[in-house]
Amino acid sequence: MKTDDLVNVLVADLPITTPRFSRTLTRALIFGALIAALVFVLGVHMRPDFAAAIETPRVWLKFAFGLSLLIASFKLTQRLASPGEPIGFWGMALLGAPLMLALGVAAEMWLTPESSWKMRLIGANARFCLLFIPMLATAPLACLLFALRQGAPTNPGLAGAVAGLLAGAVAATLYALHCPDDSPFFLATWYSSAIVIVSASGYGVGSRMLRW
Amino acid sequence: MRLGDAEEEWAELMRAAIGGNASAYRSLLQTLTPVLRGVARRNCARIGLDGSEAEDVVQEVLIALHLKRHTWDPDRPIGPWIMTITRNKLIDARRKRGRSTHVPIEEMNEVLSVDGSGDSVARFDINRMLERLGERQRDLLRSLSIEGCSVQETAQRLNMSEGAVRVALHRAIKGLASLYRESPQ
Repeated sequence: MKTDDLVNVLVADLPITTPRFSRTLTRALIFGALIAALVFVLGVHMRPDFAAAIETPRVWLKFAFGLSLLIASFKLTQRLASPGEPIGFWGMALLGAPLMLALGVAAEMWLTPESSWKMRLIGANARFCLLFIPMLATAPLACLLFALRQGAPTNPGLAGAVAGLLAGAVAATLYALHCPDDSPFFLATWYSSAIVIVSASGYGVGSRMLRW
Repeated sequence: MRLGDAEEEWAELMRAAIGGNASAYRSLLQTLTPVLRGVARRNCARIGLDGSEAEDVVQEVLIALHLKRHTWDPDRPIGPWIMTITRNKLIDARRKRGRSTHVPIEEMNEVLSVDGSGDSVARFDINRMLERLGERQRDLLRSLSIEGCSVQETAQRLNMSEGAVRVALHRAIKGLASLYRESPQ
């Protein structure tokens, strides 16, 4: 078949359309987050002192960290899978969450006695954190990777890894509703490790599944 | 023609195509083919692939532009979108030959003036790809491409409904894309 013949075939296929990719990705995020929320409601519970906790800066930091990571990694995932769209501001924006965390850690070191640091770091729930964040992230990650197959990522592994950060951010934000450990030390160690685990799985699956 | 003008014309045609205008789509693909061929020939020569391999790249790029057209945002310039997809396919072609993955690609505006006319037959020509598709898909693609029949005529000839022809056609194109992706060239 010559190239002109191929053009005939492609023109004949024009009526079969796919929704705009950015819309597909948004839907996948919402759908995945809803499933994660359902898993959370069924399997994990809100912390009993939530109403009081939400008024403390340490807990604000947890949500600010999760939400800023969520927004930046969502924008970045979309751009990484749309050929020719510049990464621009969103690559830098991804640094917002770790930067915020670093400031939180510095403040915690400033404000609390050194003797309490070990306890704050280890917390009460480290093992649950490492277990539940990846568990809550599974559905959003699957939905996002599935949606990314409609995209055209130049670097499939990287797109998968950033989708993993996004799924991890969704899970971490939900898990923060439960988790009684509020120290930035805990956040920097366990939340971050859990999110890195999710991101690494995204990389692994993405580099195999997202070639086009 | 300057790149900016050409790009604006392609974007206009693609917007019309996304709205369902088949003749705009045909003229977009026909306009792009020689440009892509110029880019592919020039870059293939640089990375040590021959001219027939360049035609494979052109066909792969056309299929990718088609299957991924929903990743173009109609508010953005279309040139970077086309070039990124082309670059990706050139990198794949090079990777299949076991070369390093860095492909320096010339800017499209340098290439607009290059002669990309003539329809050299692809080396890995789709006829051989077609052999690897199912019989039904093969008949379908032959009918629509080489014999130039419409979807309606093809549906009658193959005794299928038009809807079934459209679904099978779309699958066949996706099948071609994955054959290209997996074939060691």
